[in-house]
Amino acid sequence: MAVNRKLITKIVIHLILISTLIVVAFPIYYALVMATHTHQDAYAFPPKLTPGKELFSNIKEAWQRVKMATLLKNSLIIAITVSIGKITFSILAAFAFTHFKFKGSWLLFPLAMVTQMMPLPVRVIPLYRMMAQLGWLNTYWALTVPYLASTTGIILFRQFYLTVPAELADAARVDGATPMQYLRRILLPLSWTNVAALLVIEFVYMWNEYLWPNIAITASNMRVAQMGLRMLYTSERGAAEWNIIMAGTLIIMLPPLIILILFRKQFSEGIAMQTTK
Amino acid sequence: MDRFPNHRFLPYALVFPSITVIAIFLIYPFGQAIYQSFHRINPVRRQLVYVGWRNYVEMFRSPEYLYSFRNTFIFAVLVIGLGLVISLCIALLTTQNIRGAGFYQVAFVWTYAMSPIIAGVMWSLIFDPSIGLMTHVIGNLTGYWINFFNDTVAAFILVTVASIWVMLGYNIVFFIAGLQNVPHELKEAASIDGATTWQVFWVVTFPMLSPTVAFLVFVNTVYAFFQSFGLVDVVTMGGPNRSTEFLIYKIYKDGFGRMQEGQAAAQSVVLFIIIAIVGAIQIYTSTKSAVYDR
Repeated sequence: MAVNRKLITKIVIHLILISTLIVVAFPIYYALVMATHTHQDAYAFPPKLTPGKELFSNIKEAWQRVKMATLLKNSLIIAITVSIGKITFSILAAFAFTHFKFKGSWLLFPLAMVTQMMPLPVRVIPLYRMMAQLGWLNTYWALTVPYLASTTGIILFRQFYLTVPAELADAARVDGATPMQYLRRILLPLSWTNVAALLVIEFVYMWNEYLWPNIAITASNMRVAQMGLRMLYTSERGAAEWNIIMAGTLIIMLPPLIILILFRKQFSEGIAMQTTK
Repeated sequence: MDRFPNHRFLPYALVFPSITVIAIFLIYPFGQAIYQSFHRINPVRRQLVYVGWRNYVEMFRSPEYLYSFRNTFIFAVLVIGLGLVISLCIALLTTQNIRGAGFYQVAFVWTYAMSPIIAGVMWSLIFDPSIGLMTHVIGNLTGYWINFFNDTVAAFILVTVASIWVMLGYNIVFFIAGLQNVPHELKEAASIDGATTWQVFWVVTFPMLSPTVAFLVFVNTVYAFFQSFGLVDVVTMGGPNRSTEFLIYKIYKDGFGRMQEGQAAAQSVVLFIIIAIVGAIQIYTSTKSAVYDR
Protein backbone atom coordinates (compact mmCIF):
# COMPACT_ATOMS: atom_id res chain seq x y z
CA MET A 1 0.00 0.00 0.00
CA ALA A 2 2.70 2.47 1.04
CA VAL A 3 4.62 1.88 -2.19
CA ASN A 4 1.46 2.44 -4.18
CA ARG A 5 0.76 5.74 -2.50
CA LYS A 6 4.27 6.95 -3.24
CA LEU A 7 3.89 5.94 -6.87
CA ILE A 8 0.56 7.72 -7.16
CA THR A 9 2.04 10.87 -5.61
CA LYS A 10 4.83 10.81 -8.17
CA ILE A 11 2.42 10.37 -11.06
CA VAL A 12 0.31 13.25 -9.79
CA ILE A 13 3.41 15.47 -9.55
CA HIS A 14 4.36 14.61 -13.12
CA LEU A 15 0.84 15.34 -14.33
CA ILE A 16 0.76 18.73 -12.60
CA LEU A 17 4.21 19.69 -13.88
CA ILE A 18 3.49 18.63 -17.44
CA SER A 19 0.17 20.45 -17.60
CA THR A 20 1.73 23.60 -16.08
CA LEU A 21 4.54 23.38 -18.60
CA ILE A 22 2.04 23.17 -21.45
CA VAL A 23 0.21 26.25 -20.20
CA VAL A 24 3.45 28.20 -19.71
CA ALA A 25 4.85 27.18 -23.10
CA PHE A 26 1.62 27.71 -25.00
CA PRO A 27 2.03 31.44 -25.78
CA ILE A 28 5.37 30.71 -27.44
CA TYR A 29 3.98 27.76 -29.36
CA TYR A 30 1.00 29.79 -30.53
CA ALA A 31 3.30 32.64 -31.56
CA LEU A 32 5.44 30.19 -33.51
CA VAL A 33 2.40 28.76 -35.28
CA MET A 34 1.07 32.24 -36.09
CA ALA A 35 4.40 33.16 -37.64
CA THR A 36 4.03 30.34 -40.17
CA HIS A 37 0.61 31.30 -41.56
CA THR A 38 -0.69 33.72 -44.15
CA HIS A 39 -2.64 36.73 -42.91
CA GLN A 40 -5.84 35.01 -43.98
CA ASP A 41 -5.03 31.75 -42.20
CA ALA A 42 -4.09 33.64 -39.04
CA TYR A 43 -7.72 34.77 -38.88
CA ALA A 44 -9.21 31.39 -39.78
CA PHE A 45 -11.98 29.99 -37.63
CA PRO A 46 -11.61 27.66 -35.79
CA PRO A 47 -8.02 28.87 -35.15
CA LYS A 48 -5.27 26.85 -36.81
CA LEU A 49 -3.03 25.31 -34.16
CA THR A 50 -0.69 23.51 -36.52
CA PRO A 51 2.14 25.20 -38.46
CA GLY A 52 1.71 26.52 -41.99
CA LYS A 53 4.32 27.15 -44.66
CA GLU A 54 4.84 30.91 -44.64
CA LEU A 55 7.50 31.23 -41.92
CA PHE A 56 10.28 32.47 -44.19
CA SER A 57 8.21 34.96 -46.14
CA ASN A 58 6.81 36.33 -42.86
CA ILE A 59 10.27 36.66 -41.38
CA LYS A 60 11.44 38.40 -44.54
CA GLU A 61 8.48 40.78 -44.39
CA ALA A 62 9.05 41.60 -40.69
CA TRP A 63 12.78 41.95 -41.29
CA GLN A 64 12.29 44.56 -44.00
CA ARG A 65 9.41 46.38 -42.36
CA VAL A 66 11.32 47.45 -39.24
CA LYS A 67 14.88 47.42 -40.61
CA MET A 68 15.67 44.44 -38.40
CA ALA A 69 19.40 44.40 -39.22
CA THR A 70 19.88 47.85 -37.70
CA LEU A 71 17.81 47.00 -34.61
CA LEU A 72 19.71 43.78 -33.94
CA LYS A 73 23.06 45.45 -34.55
CA ASN A 74 22.30 48.27 -32.07
CA SER A 75 20.93 45.94 -29.40
CA LEU A 76 23.89 43.60 -29.76
CA ILE A 77 26.37 46.46 -29.45
CA ILE A 78 24.81 47.86 -26.29
CA ALA A 79 24.12 44.47 -24.67
CA ILE A 80 27.67 43.23 -25.26
CA THR A 81 29.34 46.52 -24.29
CA VAL A 82 27.36 46.86 -21.08
CA SER A 83 27.82 43.18 -20.13
CA ILE A 84 31.59 43.29 -20.61
CA GLY A 85 31.91 46.71 -19.00
CA LYS A 86 29.87 45.76 -15.96
CA ILE A 87 31.68 42.47 -15.49
CA THR A 88 35.08 44.20 -15.70
CA PHE A 89 34.15 47.01 -13.33
CA SER A 90 32.58 44.54 -10.89
CA ILE A 91 35.63 42.25 -10.83
CA LEU A 92 38.00 45.16 -10.21
CA ALA A 93 35.87 46.61 -7.41
CA ALA A 94 35.18 43.21 -5.81
CA PHE A 95 38.92 42.48 -5.87
CA ALA A 96 39.59 45.77 -4.06
CA PHE A 97 36.90 45.10 -1.46
CA THR A 98 38.13 41.57 -0.69
CA HIS A 99 41.92 41.80 -0.94
CA PHE A 100 42.83 45.24 0.38
CA LYS A 101 42.38 47.32 3.45
CA PHE A 102 41.72 50.91 2.47
CA LYS A 103 39.89 53.98 3.66
CA GLY A 104 36.39 53.94 2.25
CA SER A 105 36.06 50.19 2.04
CA TRP A 106 33.07 50.50 4.37
CA LEU A 107 31.32 52.29 1.49
CA LEU A 108 30.48 49.00 -0.26
CA PHE A 109 27.21 48.19 1.45
CA PRO A 110 25.79 51.70 1.63
CA LEU A 111 26.60 52.08 -2.07
CA ALA A 112 25.08 48.72 -2.89
CA MET A 113 21.89 49.72 -1.10
CA VAL A 114 21.75 53.11 -2.74
CA THR A 115 22.22 51.80 -6.26
CA GLN A 116 19.74 49.02 -5.70
CA MET A 117 17.10 51.55 -4.70
CA MET A 118 17.80 54.01 -7.50
CA PRO A 119 16.88 52.11 -10.62
CA LEU A 120 17.07 54.16 -13.77
CA PRO A 121 13.36 55.07 -13.93
CA VAL A 122 13.66 57.02 -10.67
CA ARG A 123 16.20 59.38 -12.23
CA VAL A 124 15.12 59.29 -15.85
CA ILE A 125 14.15 62.97 -16.12
CA PRO A 126 17.42 64.52 -14.84
CA LEU A 127 19.37 61.87 -16.73
CA TYR A 128 17.66 62.93 -19.94
CA ARG A 129 18.70 66.55 -19.35
CA MET A 130 22.22 65.49 -18.58
CA MET A 131 22.47 63.46 -21.78
CA ALA A 132 21.09 66.39 -23.75
CA GLN A 133 23.74 68.69 -22.27
CA LEU A 134 26.50 66.18 -23.00
CA GLY A 135 25.21 65.78 -26.54
CA TRP A 136 24.81 62.05 -25.92
CA LEU A 137 21.18 61.66 -27.04
CA ASN A 138 20.90 59.35 -30.04
CA THR A 139 24.35 57.88 -29.42
CA TYR A 140 25.63 54.61 -27.99
CA TRP A 141 27.08 56.60 -25.07
CA ALA A 142 23.61 57.29 -23.67
CA LEU A 143 22.66 53.63 -24.02
CA THR A 144 25.76 52.20 -22.35
CA VAL A 145 27.61 54.48 -19.92
CA PRO A 146 24.78 55.10 -17.39
CA TYR A 147 24.43 51.32 -16.99
CA LEU A 148 28.07 50.49 -16.35
CA ALA A 149 28.15 50.34 -12.56
CA SER A 150 26.62 47.23 -11.05
CA THR A 151 26.63 46.56 -7.37
CA THR A 152 24.85 43.27 -8.10
CA GLY A 153 28.01 42.28 -9.94
CA ILE A 154 30.34 43.57 -7.23
CA ILE A 155 28.45 41.62 -4.56
CA LEU A 156 28.34 38.49 -6.72
CA PHE A 157 32.13 38.46 -7.18
CA ARG A 158 32.75 39.54 -3.60
CA GLN A 159 30.82 36.53 -2.27
CA PHE A 160 32.93 34.28 -4.42
CA TYR A 161 36.32 35.88 -3.68
CA LEU A 162 35.66 35.55 0.03
CA THR A 163 35.53 31.76 -0.42
CA VAL A 164 38.91 31.60 -2.21
CA PRO A 165 41.55 30.41 0.28
CA ALA A 166 43.82 33.23 1.52
CA GLU A 167 46.87 31.01 1.01
CA LEU A 168 46.55 31.42 -2.76
CA ALA A 169 47.09 35.17 -2.56
CA ASP A 170 49.85 34.77 0.03
CA ALA A 171 51.68 32.21 -2.10
CA ALA A 172 51.40 34.47 -5.14
CA ARG A 173 52.76 37.39 -3.18
CA VAL A 174 55.68 35.36 -1.85
CA ASP A 175 56.45 34.30 -5.42
CA GLY A 176 56.69 37.94 -6.32
CA ALA A 177 53.42 38.32 -8.25
CA THR A 178 51.83 41.76 -8.34
CA PRO A 179 48.16 42.00 -7.30
CA MET A 180 47.08 42.46 -10.91
CA GLN A 181 49.04 39.38 -11.98
CA TYR A 182 47.38 37.41 -9.21
CA LEU A 183 43.97 38.67 -10.31
CA ARG A 184 44.56 37.84 -13.96
CA ARG A 185 46.34 34.51 -13.66
CA ILE A 186 44.75 32.94 -10.59
CA LEU A 187 41.54 34.64 -9.50
CA LEU A 188 40.02 35.27 -12.93
CA PRO A 189 40.36 31.68 -14.20
CA LEU A 190 38.52 30.58 -11.04
CA SER A 191 35.68 33.04 -11.68
CA TRP A 192 34.31 31.84 -15.01
CA THR A 193 31.07 30.53 -13.53
CA ASN A 194 30.32 33.94 -12.06
CA VAL A 195 31.39 35.71 -15.22
CA ALA A 196 29.02 33.55 -17.29
CA ALA A 197 26.18 34.00 -14.79
CA LEU A 198 26.59 37.77 -14.83
CA LEU A 199 26.86 37.73 -18.61
CA VAL A 200 23.44 36.05 -18.84
CA ILE A 201 21.89 38.47 -16.32
CA GLU A 202 23.28 41.61 -17.94
CA PHE A 203 22.79 40.55 -21.56
CA VAL A 204 19.16 39.64 -20.97
CA TYR A 205 18.61 42.84 -19.00
CA MET A 206 20.13 45.13 -21.62
CA TRP A 207 18.50 43.37 -24.55
CA ASN A 208 15.12 43.83 -22.92
CA GLU A 209 15.63 47.45 -21.81
CA TYR A 210 12.99 49.72 -23.26
CA LEU A 211 12.09 52.74 -21.12
CA TRP A 212 15.45 54.49 -21.36
CA PRO A 213 16.22 53.75 -25.05
CA ASN A 214 12.70 54.90 -25.84
CA ILE A 215 13.53 58.27 -24.26
CA ALA A 216 17.16 58.69 -25.28
CA ILE A 217 16.72 57.57 -28.90
CA THR A 218 14.67 59.30 -31.58
CA ALA A 219 16.85 58.70 -34.64
CA SER A 220 15.68 55.69 -36.64
CA ASN A 221 19.21 54.35 -37.22
CA MET A 222 19.81 54.16 -33.45
CA ARG A 223 16.66 52.25 -32.47
CA VAL A 224 16.97 49.06 -30.43
CA ALA A 225 15.16 45.73 -30.88
CA GLN A 226 12.42 46.32 -28.29
CA MET A 227 11.48 49.57 -30.04
CA GLY A 228 11.17 47.65 -33.29
CA LEU A 229 8.73 45.31 -31.60
CA ARG A 230 6.56 48.23 -30.67
CA MET A 231 6.65 49.50 -34.24
CA LEU A 232 5.59 46.11 -35.59
CA TYR A 233 2.86 45.73 -33.05
CA THR A 234 1.27 49.15 -33.14
CA SER A 235 1.43 49.63 -36.87
CA GLU A 236 -1.69 47.58 -37.46
CA ARG A 237 -3.97 48.12 -34.51
CA GLY A 238 -7.34 46.42 -34.70
CA ALA A 239 -6.66 44.15 -37.66
CA ALA A 240 -3.22 43.14 -36.46
CA GLU A 241 -1.09 41.20 -38.90
CA TRP A 242 -0.31 38.58 -36.31
CA ASN A 243 1.74 36.46 -38.67
CA ILE A 244 4.20 39.32 -39.32
CA ILE A 245 4.20 40.53 -35.71
CA MET A 246 5.01 37.07 -34.38
CA ALA A 247 7.69 36.47 -37.00
CA GLY A 248 9.38 39.65 -35.80
CA THR A 249 8.87 38.68 -32.16
CA LEU A 250 10.59 35.34 -32.72
CA ILE A 251 13.65 37.02 -34.22
CA ILE A 252 13.89 39.56 -31.41
CA MET A 253 13.52 37.05 -28.59
CA LEU A 254 16.16 34.71 -29.98
CA PRO A 255 19.51 36.33 -28.96
CA PRO A 256 18.87 36.47 -25.17
CA LEU A 257 17.33 32.99 -25.33
CA ILE A 258 20.46 31.61 -27.00
CA ILE A 259 22.70 33.22 -24.37
CA LEU A 260 20.52 31.78 -21.59
CA ILE A 261 20.55 28.29 -23.10
CA LEU A 262 24.31 28.37 -23.74
CA PHE A 263 25.17 29.43 -20.17
CA ARG A 264 22.20 27.86 -18.41
CA LYS A 265 24.38 25.74 -16.10
CA GLN A 266 26.68 28.57 -15.04
CA PHE A 267 23.66 30.83 -14.61
CA SER A 268 21.97 28.45 -12.15
CA GLU A 269 25.23 27.76 -10.32
CA GLY A 270 26.02 31.47 -10.05
CA ILE A 271 22.59 32.10 -8.57
CA ALA A 272 22.92 29.19 -6.17
CA MET A 273 26.25 30.69 -5.04
CA GLN A 274 24.58 34.04 -4.51
CA THR A 275 21.75 32.66 -2.39
CA THR A 276 24.04 30.64 -0.10
CA LYS A 277 26.14 33.69 0.82
CA MET B 1 41.61 40.99 4.32
CA ASP B 2 44.74 42.93 3.44
CA ARG B 3 46.59 40.47 1.27
CA PHE B 4 48.78 42.95 -0.58
CA PRO B 5 49.80 45.43 2.13
CA ASN B 6 52.42 47.16 -0.02
CA HIS B 7 49.93 48.47 -2.52
CA ARG B 8 48.34 51.48 -0.88
CA PHE B 9 47.14 53.22 -4.02
CA LEU B 10 45.87 50.28 -6.05
CA PRO B 11 42.51 49.64 -4.30
CA TYR B 12 41.40 53.20 -5.00
CA ALA B 13 42.23 52.76 -8.67
CA LEU B 14 40.28 49.49 -8.70
CA VAL B 15 37.07 50.96 -7.31
CA PHE B 16 37.44 54.21 -9.26
CA PRO B 17 35.47 53.18 -12.42
CA SER B 18 32.48 51.86 -10.47
CA ILE B 19 32.39 54.72 -8.00
CA THR B 20 32.66 57.31 -10.77
CA VAL B 21 29.73 55.88 -12.72
CA ILE B 22 27.64 55.59 -9.55
CA ALA B 23 28.42 59.16 -8.51
CA ILE B 24 27.85 60.79 -11.90
CA PHE B 25 24.99 58.75 -13.31
CA LEU B 26 23.17 57.62 -10.18
CA ILE B 27 23.63 59.83 -7.19
CA TYR B 28 23.95 63.16 -8.98
CA PRO B 29 20.82 62.74 -11.16
CA PHE B 30 18.89 61.50 -8.17
CA GLY B 31 19.89 64.62 -6.25
CA GLN B 32 18.69 66.59 -9.27
CA ALA B 33 15.35 64.77 -9.17
CA ILE B 34 14.87 65.80 -5.55
CA TYR B 35 15.82 69.38 -6.44
CA GLN B 36 13.46 69.46 -9.42
CA SER B 37 10.62 68.09 -7.36
CA PHE B 38 10.53 71.41 -5.48
CA HIS B 39 10.54 73.43 -8.70
CA ARG B 40 8.50 74.04 -11.77
CA ILE B 41 9.41 75.27 -15.20
CA ASN B 42 8.17 78.71 -16.06
CA PRO B 43 7.03 78.19 -19.63
CA VAL B 44 7.49 81.81 -20.63
CA ARG B 45 11.00 82.43 -19.37
CA ARG B 46 11.93 78.74 -19.48
CA GLN B 47 13.54 78.72 -16.08
CA LEU B 48 13.02 76.82 -12.84
CA VAL B 49 10.86 78.45 -10.22
CA TYR B 50 10.89 77.30 -6.60
CA VAL B 51 7.43 76.12 -5.55
CA GLY B 52 8.09 74.45 -2.18
CA TRP B 53 5.96 71.36 -1.52
CA ARG B 54 3.37 72.33 -4.10
CA ASN B 55 4.22 69.50 -6.52
CA TYR B 56 3.81 66.97 -3.74
CA VAL B 57 0.64 68.48 -2.28
CA GLU B 58 -1.06 68.73 -5.67
CA MET B 59 0.06 65.24 -6.57
CA PHE B 60 -1.64 63.67 -3.57
CA ARG B 61 -4.76 65.74 -4.19
CA SER B 62 -4.95 64.74 -7.83
CA PRO B 63 -7.62 62.05 -8.40
CA GLU B 64 -5.70 60.98 -11.50
CA TYR B 65 -2.57 60.31 -9.48
CA LEU B 66 -4.41 58.52 -6.69
CA TYR B 67 -6.19 56.34 -9.24
CA SER B 68 -2.85 55.47 -10.84
CA PHE B 69 -1.39 54.79 -7.40
CA ARG B 70 -4.26 52.47 -6.50
CA ASN B 71 -4.06 50.53 -9.76
CA THR B 72 -0.29 50.18 -9.53
CA PHE B 73 -0.67 48.90 -6.00
CA ILE B 74 -3.27 46.27 -6.96
CA PHE B 75 -1.15 45.26 -9.94
CA ALA B 76 1.97 44.92 -7.79
CA VAL B 77 0.17 42.86 -5.14
CA LEU B 78 -1.19 40.48 -7.79
CA VAL B 79 2.12 40.12 -9.60
CA ILE B 80 4.05 39.55 -6.37
CA GLY B 81 1.45 37.45 -4.55
CA LEU B 82 0.18 35.21 -7.32
CA GLY B 83 3.51 35.14 -9.12
CA LEU B 84 5.51 34.03 -6.11
CA VAL B 85 2.96 31.46 -4.95
CA ILE B 86 2.78 29.85 -8.40
CA SER B 87 6.58 29.88 -8.81
CA LEU B 88 7.17 28.44 -5.36
CA CYS B 89 4.69 25.62 -6.03
CA ILE B 90 6.41 24.77 -9.32
CA ALA B 91 9.86 24.99 -7.70
CA LEU B 92 8.74 22.72 -4.85
CA LEU B 93 7.41 20.11 -7.29
CA THR B 94 10.55 20.16 -9.44
CA THR B 95 12.78 19.60 -6.41
CA GLN B 96 10.91 16.46 -5.33
CA ASN B 97 12.58 13.11 -5.70
CA ILE B 98 11.13 12.31 -9.13
CA ARG B 99 12.55 11.17 -12.44
CA GLY B 100 13.25 14.04 -14.83
CA ALA B 101 13.46 16.65 -12.06
CA GLY B 102 16.45 18.19 -13.85
CA PHE B 103 14.47 18.44 -17.07
CA TYR B 104 11.61 20.27 -15.39
CA GLN B 105 13.99 22.65 -13.63
CA VAL B 106 15.42 23.68 -17.01
CA ALA B 107 12.10 23.64 -18.84
CA PHE B 108 10.64 26.48 -16.77
CA VAL B 109 13.66 28.80 -16.87
CA TRP B 110 13.37 30.26 -20.34
CA THR B 111 10.64 32.85 -19.72
CA TYR B 112 13.47 34.69 -17.98
CA ALA B 113 14.88 35.62 -21.41
CA MET B 114 11.60 37.17 -22.58
CA SER B 115 11.10 40.91 -22.36
CA PRO B 116 7.94 42.44 -20.87
CA ILE B 117 7.04 43.67 -24.36
CA ILE B 118 7.34 40.18 -25.84
CA ALA B 119 5.15 38.86 -23.02
CA GLY B 120 2.63 41.59 -23.76
CA VAL B 121 2.58 40.89 -27.49
CA MET B 122 2.18 37.13 -27.01
CA TRP B 123 -0.60 37.42 -24.45
CA SER B 124 -2.43 40.07 -26.41
CA LEU B 125 -2.71 37.52 -29.21
CA ILE B 126 -4.32 35.12 -26.76
CA PHE B 127 -6.63 37.93 -25.59
CA ASP B 128 -7.19 39.32 -29.09
CA PRO B 129 -10.82 40.52 -29.40
CA SER B 130 -11.48 38.69 -32.66
CA ILE B 131 -9.20 35.62 -32.78
CA GLY B 132 -7.86 35.30 -29.24
CA LEU B 133 -8.24 31.80 -27.81
CA MET B 134 -8.94 33.15 -24.33
CA THR B 135 -11.57 35.48 -25.76
CA HIS B 136 -13.30 32.50 -27.39
CA VAL B 137 -13.07 30.25 -24.36
CA ILE B 138 -14.49 32.90 -22.03
CA GLY B 139 -17.05 33.98 -24.62
CA ASN B 140 -18.33 30.45 -25.17
CA LEU B 141 -18.46 29.66 -21.47
CA THR B 142 -20.03 32.85 -20.16
CA GLY B 143 -21.51 34.55 -23.21
CA TYR B 144 -19.39 37.61 -22.42
CA TRP B 145 -16.90 38.64 -25.12
CA ILE B 146 -13.94 40.46 -23.71
CA ASN B 147 -12.19 43.24 -25.61
CA PHE B 148 -9.13 44.67 -23.96
CA PHE B 149 -9.20 47.74 -26.20
CA ASN B 150 -12.18 49.10 -24.32
CA ASP B 151 -12.74 46.79 -21.35
CA THR B 152 -10.79 48.01 -18.32
CA VAL B 153 -10.93 44.69 -16.44
CA ALA B 154 -9.81 42.69 -19.48
CA ALA B 155 -6.88 45.05 -20.08
CA PHE B 156 -5.87 44.86 -16.44
CA ILE B 157 -6.04 41.05 -16.44
CA LEU B 158 -4.05 40.87 -19.68
CA VAL B 159 -1.26 43.03 -18.25
CA THR B 160 -1.21 41.09 -14.98
CA VAL B 161 -1.17 37.63 -16.57
CA ALA B 162 1.59 38.61 -19.00
CA SER B 163 3.66 40.01 -16.11
CA ILE B 164 3.27 36.94 -13.92
CA TRP B 165 4.15 34.76 -16.88
CA VAL B 166 7.29 36.67 -17.81
CA MET B 167 8.59 36.64 -14.21
CA LEU B 168 8.02 32.90 -13.72
CA GLY B 169 11.43 31.81 -15.02
CA TYR B 170 13.39 34.17 -12.81
CA ASN B 171 11.35 33.39 -9.69
CA ILE B 172 11.58 29.63 -10.22
CA VAL B 173 15.38 29.71 -10.68
CA PHE B 174 15.81 31.55 -7.40
CA PHE B 175 13.32 29.35 -5.53
CA ILE B 176 15.04 26.20 -6.77
CA ALA B 177 18.43 27.59 -5.67
CA GLY B 178 16.95 28.49 -2.28
CA LEU B 179 15.25 25.12 -1.83
CA GLN B 180 18.41 23.22 -2.68
CA ASN B 181 20.21 25.08 0.10
CA VAL B 182 17.84 23.72 2.75
CA PRO B 183 19.79 20.89 4.45
CA HIS B 184 18.22 17.49 3.93
CA GLU B 185 19.06 16.39 7.52
CA LEU B 186 16.85 19.12 8.95
CA LYS B 187 13.82 18.02 6.95
CA GLU B 188 14.48 14.36 7.75
CA ALA B 189 14.90 15.09 11.45
CA ALA B 190 11.58 16.91 11.45
CA SER B 191 9.72 14.12 9.68
CA ILE B 192 11.27 11.47 11.96
CA ASP B 193 9.92 13.52 14.86
CA GLY B 194 6.48 13.00 13.32
CA ALA B 195 5.98 16.24 11.41
CA THR B 196 3.73 16.03 8.34
CA THR B 197 4.97 17.23 4.94
CA TRP B 198 2.93 20.39 5.43
CA GLN B 199 4.48 21.06 8.85
CA VAL B 200 8.00 20.37 7.56
CA PHE B 201 7.43 22.97 4.86
CA TRP B 202 6.21 25.70 7.19
CA VAL B 203 8.50 24.99 10.14
CA VAL B 204 11.74 24.03 8.39
CA THR B 205 11.76 24.91 4.71
CA PHE B 206 9.92 28.22 4.63
CA PRO B 207 11.94 30.03 7.35
CA MET B 208 15.15 29.05 5.60
CA LEU B 209 13.68 30.31 2.37
CA SER B 210 12.78 33.72 3.79
CA PRO B 211 15.84 35.57 2.39
CA THR B 212 14.97 34.22 -1.07
CA VAL B 213 11.34 35.27 -0.63
CA ALA B 214 12.37 38.75 0.54
CA PHE B 215 14.76 39.10 -2.38
CA LEU B 216 12.12 38.00 -4.88
CA VAL B 217 9.53 40.34 -3.36
CA PHE B 218 12.00 43.16 -3.97
CA VAL B 219 12.78 42.14 -7.55
CA ASN B 220 9.11 41.65 -8.40
CA THR B 221 8.27 45.02 -6.85
CA VAL B 222 10.87 46.63 -9.10
CA TYR B 223 9.32 44.75 -12.01
CA ALA B 224 5.78 45.83 -11.16
CA PHE B 225 6.73 49.46 -10.63
CA PHE B 226 9.27 49.96 -13.44
CA GLN B 227 9.81 47.10 -15.84
CA SER B 228 6.11 46.81 -16.64
CA PHE B 229 6.50 50.11 -18.51
CA GLY B 230 7.26 48.47 -21.85
CA LEU B 231 4.30 46.14 -21.62
CA VAL B 232 1.90 48.97 -20.83
CA ASP B 233 3.39 51.38 -23.37
CA VAL B 234 3.13 48.91 -26.22
CA VAL B 235 0.00 46.90 -25.49
CA THR B 236 -2.49 49.12 -23.65
CA MET B 237 -0.89 52.60 -23.76
CA GLY B 238 -2.17 53.15 -20.25
CA GLY B 239 -5.77 52.54 -21.24
CA PRO B 240 -8.57 51.97 -21.51
CA ASN B 241 -9.71 54.84 -19.30
CA ARG B 242 -6.29 55.03 -17.61
CA SER B 243 -6.87 51.64 -15.97
CA THR B 244 -3.32 50.49 -16.77
CA GLU B 245 -1.69 53.90 -16.43
CA PHE B 246 0.74 52.80 -13.74
CA LEU B 247 2.93 55.25 -11.84
CA ILE B 248 5.98 54.87 -14.07
CA TYR B 249 3.86 55.38 -17.17
CA LYS B 250 2.40 58.52 -15.62
CA ILE B 251 5.88 59.88 -14.84
CA TYR B 252 6.80 59.29 -18.46
CA LYS B 253 3.68 61.02 -19.75
CA ASP B 254 3.90 63.97 -17.37
CA GLY B 255 7.65 64.41 -17.69
CA PHE B 256 8.09 63.91 -21.41
CA GLY B 257 4.63 64.25 -22.94
CA ARG B 258 3.30 67.22 -20.97
CA MET B 259 6.70 68.72 -20.08
CA GLN B 260 5.77 68.94 -16.39
CA GLU B 261 9.23 68.01 -15.15
CA GLY B 262 8.81 69.22 -11.60
CA GLN B 263 5.59 67.26 -11.09
CA ALA B 264 7.11 64.17 -12.65
CA ALA B 265 10.22 64.53 -10.47
CA ALA B 266 8.05 64.59 -7.35
CA GLN B 267 6.42 61.36 -8.54
CA SER B 268 9.88 59.83 -9.04
CA VAL B 269 10.84 60.68 -5.47
CA VAL B 270 7.69 58.94 -4.19
CA LEU B 271 8.55 55.87 -6.27
CA PHE B 272 12.05 55.91 -4.80
CA ILE B 273 10.63 55.98 -1.28
CA ILE B 274 8.40 52.97 -2.02
CA ILE B 275 11.29 50.99 -3.45
CA ALA B 276 13.55 52.05 -0.57
CA ILE B 277 11.03 50.73 1.97
CA VAL B 278 10.71 47.36 0.22
CA GLY B 279 14.50 47.25 -0.17
CA ALA B 280 15.07 48.00 3.50
CA ILE B 281 12.69 45.19 4.47
CA GLN B 282 14.60 42.84 2.18
CA ILE B 283 17.98 43.75 3.70
CA TYR B 284 16.53 43.46 7.22
CA THR B 285 15.11 40.00 6.45
CA SER B 286 18.32 38.71 4.88
CA THR B 287 20.49 39.88 7.79
CA LYS B 288 18.06 38.58 10.40
CA SER B 289 17.97 35.17 8.77
CA ALA B 290 21.75 34.93 9.20
CA VAL B 291 20.76 33.22 12.46
CA TYR B 292 19.88 30.15 10.43
CA ASP B 293 23.26 30.12 8.74
CA ARG B 294 24.85 28.11 11.53
